[in-house]
Amino acid sequence: MSRASTAPVAPPVAPPKEGVPVQGGVGTSALRPDGVPKVKGEFAYSSDMWDEHMLWGATVRSPHPHACIVSIDITDALKHPGVHAVLTHEDVAGRKTFGLERPDQPVLASERVRYRGEPIALVAAAHPETARRAAEAVHIDYEVLQPVTDPEVALDAATVALHPSGNVVRHIHIAHGEPDPEADVVAEATYEVGMQDQAFLGPESGLAVPDGSGGVDLYVSTQWLHVDREQLAASLALAPEEVRITLAGVGGAFGAREDLSIQIHSCMLALTTNRPVKMMYSREESFYGHVHRHPARLNYIHGATTSGELVFVKARLVFDGGAYASSSTAVCANAATLCCGPYEVPNALIDCYAVYTNNPPCGAMRGFGAVQACFAYESQMDLLAAKLAMDPVELRLRNAASTGTVTPTGQKIEGPAPVAELLTRVRDAPLPPPGSPGTPDIRELPGGVSNATHGEAVRRGIGHAAGYKNICYSEGFDDYATARVRLSAPAGEPVVEVHTAAAEVGQGVATIQLQIARTELGVEAAVLRPADTSIGSSGSSSASRQTWMTGGAVKTACEAVRERVLSTAAEVLGAEPGELYLSNGLVMSLELGAVYSLAELLGDTVVEATREYRHAPTSPLDANGQGNAHAGFAFAAHRAVVDVDVELGLVKVVDIATAQDVGMALNPQAVEGQIEGGIAQGIGLALMEEVQVIDGVIRNPSFTDYLIPTSLDMPPVHADVLELGDPGSPYGVKGVGEPPVISSTPAVVAAVRAATGRALRRIPMRPDDVAGLTDRSPAGEAPREPR
Amino acid sequence: MSLEVNGVEHSAEVEPRQLLVYFLRENLALTGTNVGCDTTSCGACTVLMDGRSVKSCTVLTVQADGAEVQTIEGLADDGKMHPLQDAFHTEHGLQCGYCTPGMIMAALGLIQEGGDLTEKDIRLGLEGNLCRCTGYHNIVKAIQSAADEMRSPASA
Repeated sequence: MSRASTAPVAPPVAPPKEGVPVQGGVGTSALRPDGVPKVKGEFAYSSDMWDEHMLWGATVRSPHPHACIVSIDITDALKHPGVHAVLTHEDVAGRKTFGLERPDQPVLASERVRYRGEPIALVAAAHPETARRAAEAVHIDYEVLQPVTDPEVALDAATVALHPSGNVVRHIHIAHGEPDPEADVVAEATYEVGMQDQAFLGPESGLAVPDGSGGVDLYVSTQWLHVDREQLAASLALAPEEVRITLAGVGGAFGAREDLSIQIHSCMLALTTNRPVKMMYSREESFYGHVHRHPARLNYIHGATTSGELVFVKARLVFDGGAYASSSTAVCANAATLCCGPYEVPNALIDCYAVYTNNPPCGAMRGFGAVQACFAYESQMDLLAAKLAMDPVELRLRNAASTGTVTPTGQKIEGPAPVAELLTRVRDAPLPPPGSPGTPDIRELPGGVSNATHGEAVRRGIGHAAGYKNICYSEGFDDYATARVRLSAPAGEPVVEVHTAAAEVGQGVATIQLQIARTELGVEAAVLRPADTSIGSSGSSSASRQTWMTGGAVKTACEAVRERVLSTAAEVLGAEPGELYLSNGLVMSLELGAVYSLAELLGDTVVEATREYRHAPTSPLDANGQGNAHAGFAFAAHRAVVDVDVELGLVKVVDIATAQDVGMALNPQAVEGQIEGGIAQGIGLALMEEVQVIDGVIRNPSFTDYLIPTSLDMPPVHADVLELGDPGSPYGVKGVGEPPVISSTPAVVAAVRAATGRALRRIPMRPDDVAGLTDRSPAGEAPREPR
Repeated sequence: MSLEVNGVEHSAEVEPRQLLVYFLRENLALTGTNVGCDTTSCGACTVLMDGRSVKSCTVLTVQADGAEVQTIEGLADDGKMHPLQDAFHTEHGLQCGYCTPGMIMAALGLIQEGGDLTEKDIRLGLEGNLCRCTGYHNIVKAIQSAADEMRSPASA
């Protein structure tokens, strides 16, 4: 600290006696720092990266879901004028494989391809079209093999092993309570969830720039810079510090950018050609270039007493992980541990499998295992309520989890668990006015402007659902985030600079970091440095964890800076640091009010602190699936009102009411945005979104054929945001991003069931299913014995 | 061929098969116009051509010969943001922002068609522009608020 001017300085204007909150701090709807460049078209997305000397990369991909590679001939491709490099597995300098949780995926396939679209060779050329043409001239001979596309077949011991470890990526067995409890009423059914795509709008892209001394700088859209760097360094045979990654503008993520896409490939091409290399996937290539949400088949048996108390849940869940592990092990854990729902379930017997097949690899997508499970357990609650002749909400209220509830893994829920309150709130929310058949405005009817119906067969339905999700990383993972905070007064005004590697993917973590810095240091001028690997890891922008984790790191670093500033001020004033605080650019004394201008106190000094933040430790699951695996839980409930043309199978979601405990809304406007955006994706999964994979081949890799909700599909959303405060997190925050996508889907399905009376056990529901022309509901079968 | 982009005249020799969006992005370095789908589905590439909104991934550059094209970069007036830009920012009408330039240009085309814009009109008018982050509500709010401002006498 500067000691140059040590006497208290009277500010020019009479200082406030008490501190006033700084503008744009926590709890306000502060505007996004990236908002202005984004609305002006000046924000540099990864697809905008440009270097005048750059080459363009292209990827040669397998046309077969399962084949042995007999030979790869690059001679013709190399002859193309304008081609600078053609690379294969032989050119991978370091580890030949990569992967988030286990490195089982070839950087470039050598002997065998395990999914349609698997990368085999790379081309760098002066023009993107030249690169694509040359990629077509790479001749690969295959011995085509029968693809394993049914996860149940993959589980069969007689089926060919797709990996040396076999076809089971992970099996979690949970045995909780009594092994064979008796119930008065039993509900049993099987459910299926199709493959959902994250459908971010900005396809994979980036620019790799060689540094001339063997290292490389990569500008890329990703969710976790440091885990990318770890994998890059290993496969490029470089030291981590030789691989520097800077976050380029990210056009949405939703889990799809957790795994590597162009990262190693573009760096290999750049290091080989010694030129910057840009890679950019088309939308079609993007469908093959990132993981999807796991399709799942879920068998459930629920048992209850005649008065509606849950006695047991037995379930067997099978998740199709596709060709490589990606994050299947963690998805499997979430599904298994959360699969009984936010209810008191005294006895549970669960087997959850993630398996390898020759389908496209599946991994992270918003909701991460909780989504598939919630659709099934909430459908089961409705089925059970019907068997008991009980109101479905009443059944849920009778069994609702609360603080102190012990989950099927033996973990006691420590924080608020307001399941009953959330359900009551959505149930009691005002209903939209009844639909009027024959309404003159066809836009109000299912099918909308397609003018498919005039409303004669339109029926209204209402459905409810609740769900929950673990926040942050689980199962003993060392989950931390790093922040550096720097306070100075370069031009006579205090400025706080925040540096982290947290990936702003649209969710708003950039805004949150600045809000926290403003509040903690009482300084309005807060700036964020670009996220890069020159600072420690922030972990991933996933698991709804960044506000908690990177937010926690920024808060902790600010506290360290503040402590040093105040102890200097106290020394100068001969006061106790505890009597001083910072507010709006002033050092305040509890007794005297403003005693110093912060800028004056700082002078030329820079006060800087770097801190790591960790949540309370979690533990792995034991052989019976028992353990305190999760750091915290977030809860939400949804009520959907739908109009269904029961003859045509067309559905219009009329209204969604939701209630969600967010702990504390650091930015209410951003919370609302997350809730509405998440609900749109939940409606999409219920009604339209499915990557159609037939014999291992994606049949709809475009936005013409893979449909996502439009402005006309989105109903009004009435969101009731509770702020009950989590005892284990900074400011009591909980993650906000995932809960909206979890229980919105089963609420919509329940509403369509109410309107049609059909079972509808597979999502997305197709018009044929809704109209009863087909029954794609999987056959109900008892959970098999664990293998 | 020659065309005017954001008030500036450009003449160029282009391949007949080049799409307008690539002319804007690569020849003119106007990267505010994004490419999201390549199939005219998402609307991220929407620009105004002679005042009408078009998806520039479905227009050949040569089709724009003699046209006036306006992109997101041409919207601010002497550094002052257009009411639509202001409204998208303050109403939280964006998250990742990739759809935003296309949304704003589509909205401008809609407003310039004249007449009162109800919420339903806006939703119908934007049906060809996908957003994956926001659930659209704040986008609709932003457009309503900007349309009101643009039509109020004070902003003339």
